[in-house]
Amino acid sequence: MTSTSVRPAIAVTGLRKAFGDQVVLDGLDLTVPRGTVFSLLGANGAGKTTTVKILSTLLGADAGDVRVAGHDVAREPDAVRAAIGVTGQFSAVDKLLTGEENLRLMADLHHLARSERGERVAGLLRQFELTEAADRPAATYSGGMVRRLDLAMTLVGNPQVIFLDEPTTGLDPRSRRTMWEIIRQLVADGVTIFLTTQYLAEADELADRIAVLDRGRVVAEGTAEELKRRIPGGHVRLRFADEHELDAALRVLDQAARTSDTLALRVPSDGSLRALKTLIGQLDDRAVEVEELSVHTPDLDDVFLAVTGHRRDEERTSR
Amino acid sequence: MNTPALAGPVPVVRRPHPVRDSTTMLRRNLKRMLRYPSMTLMLVGMPVVFLLLFVYVFGGTLGNGLGGSAPDGATGGRAAYVNYVTPAIILMTIAATVQGTAISVAMDLTEGIITRFRTMHIARVSVLTGHVLGSVIQTVLSLAVVIGVALLVGFRPTAGAVEWLATAGFLVAVTVALVWLAVALGQISESVETASNLPMPLILLPFLGSGFVPTDSMPAGLRWFAEYQPFTPIIETVRGLLTDEPVGNNAWIALGWCAVIAIGGYLWSRRLFNREA
Repeated sequence: MTSTSVRPAIAVTGLRKAFGDQVVLDGLDLTVPRGTVFSLLGANGAGKTTTVKILSTLLGADAGDVRVAGHDVAREPDAVRAAIGVTGQFSAVDKLLTGEENLRLMADLHHLARSERGERVAGLLRQFELTEAADRPAATYSGGMVRRLDLAMTLVGNPQVIFLDEPTTGLDPRSRRTMWEIIRQLVADGVTIFLTTQYLAEADELADRIAVLDRGRVVAEGTAEELKRRIPGGHVRLRFADEHELDAALRVLDQAARTSDTLALRVPSDGSLRALKTLIGQLDDRAVEVEELSVHTPDLDDVFLAVTGHRRDEERTSR
Repeated sequence: MNTPALAGPVPVVRRPHPVRDSTTMLRRNLKRMLRYPSMTLMLVGMPVVFLLLFVYVFGGTLGNGLGGSAPDGATGGRAAYVNYVTPAIILMTIAATVQGTAISVAMDLTEGIITRFRTMHIARVSVLTGHVLGSVIQTVLSLAVVIGVALLVGFRPTAGAVEWLATAGFLVAVTVALVWLAVALGQISESVETASNLPMPLILLPFLGSGFVPTDSMPAGLRWFAEYQPFTPIIETVRGLLTDEPVGNNAWIALGWCAVIAIGGYLWSRRLFNREA
């Protein structure tokens, strides 16, 4: 077993799933290295939740090879279950039980010894700032508190791989930030995280790699930066003190275009240092004074629209 | 935090512990019952109301109609009817509590925690056995209350310690059977409303049997149904054990029904629970 050290946390090849006529996953390939955050980004109905359900043994695949923590989900579901934790889109806490009782329930199901259980529960309550609310039924918790309890319950069993299916959907911005902090801490501790989200900012914040899922297929994959760079629309915006300088710049830069601001120009650029150096060099050579320079890289919103929209056009023309 | 070793996951996956996990789930269900006592109270309240209704409103007249079927050779009237109807009310108590099981299973399934259980390495059946054990305990308590009230309003069983013990064991068997059926009914219910309606026949069946009036007073077709439906031998067994009536084959027929319902309910429940979410 020499290959175990490089064995990815999640390896999916050719995953297919259809519900009746409706194809939800159409040949999905994913690889998630250990100790990283992988984000599956997609609109509602893109197949994110179905993917999580298959990877977490809730649903069987129609075709494809799916291995989580080194185990085949179809053949060794119990081994997979022993290695994973899942926090879904809908809270998986017992609302009639208190926060502490919920955590104890998990500890008992993981067969922790009594002494270990107390420590673990108290520790998680502290870590998730739920100590004060520990004795209150979860039904009285706020949305953010329920999500924290939910994630704390997932952690009781020390999972190697954690699935977070839209963990911050419906949370206020402050609770969302808190969740992000917690997730970052988990990664620092060596856990692998599979995150689905429809929030581009969330994937941007947390993920090492992002896959954009559209109609059951990965249409783009890479780091947030790589994805942004692949998309046209990056540019440098130059602002000048007066018309004279602007005209001078226009003569130097053949790709420059006027903008709605009469004293500003827009120059296509990938935003890389080399491109900026060249641009600044060109302006310097002719002694053009620039009052203000700003670099605009496309955000993931642009990526998402470009990637999914582009594909739609392709399909239309190919028919 | 437990950082996974680079060598990969521990290859040995521990074996499931159905007993330990079921005990944990039972604890969870008992806590839930304590947190939500109105349900338990309602489930005990219904058979008590029916008992009082049948004893004090209908009892005088119905008791006179018992004729030769009256236990203990009582001369009829209310006193005789209390003895006649109590076994039916006992069955109704079980049916009502079981209705509660279906409701709480259906409620549970709408909550995300069941999905969590499904993704955990636990003995899967423990989610269901937790409900079953909890409901059996709940039923035993309800039965104690209902039988207590029956004694207060004039129920005079002739059973000795052995008969009471046999009755208790028999009622637990009936409960286990009906609870497994209810767990399946709770699982096929899309909503809590459906879950509370589906077990309704269980509450009505004692009426269409020998529960409230002797079957020989019924028209032919109904009488045929009444004599062959499972609740009649079950009620006759309880009646026989508690009030000196002959039990005859009823006990074996009843236990046969219980076995069929229990095994059927268990297999059905397990299959439903293992279907894909």
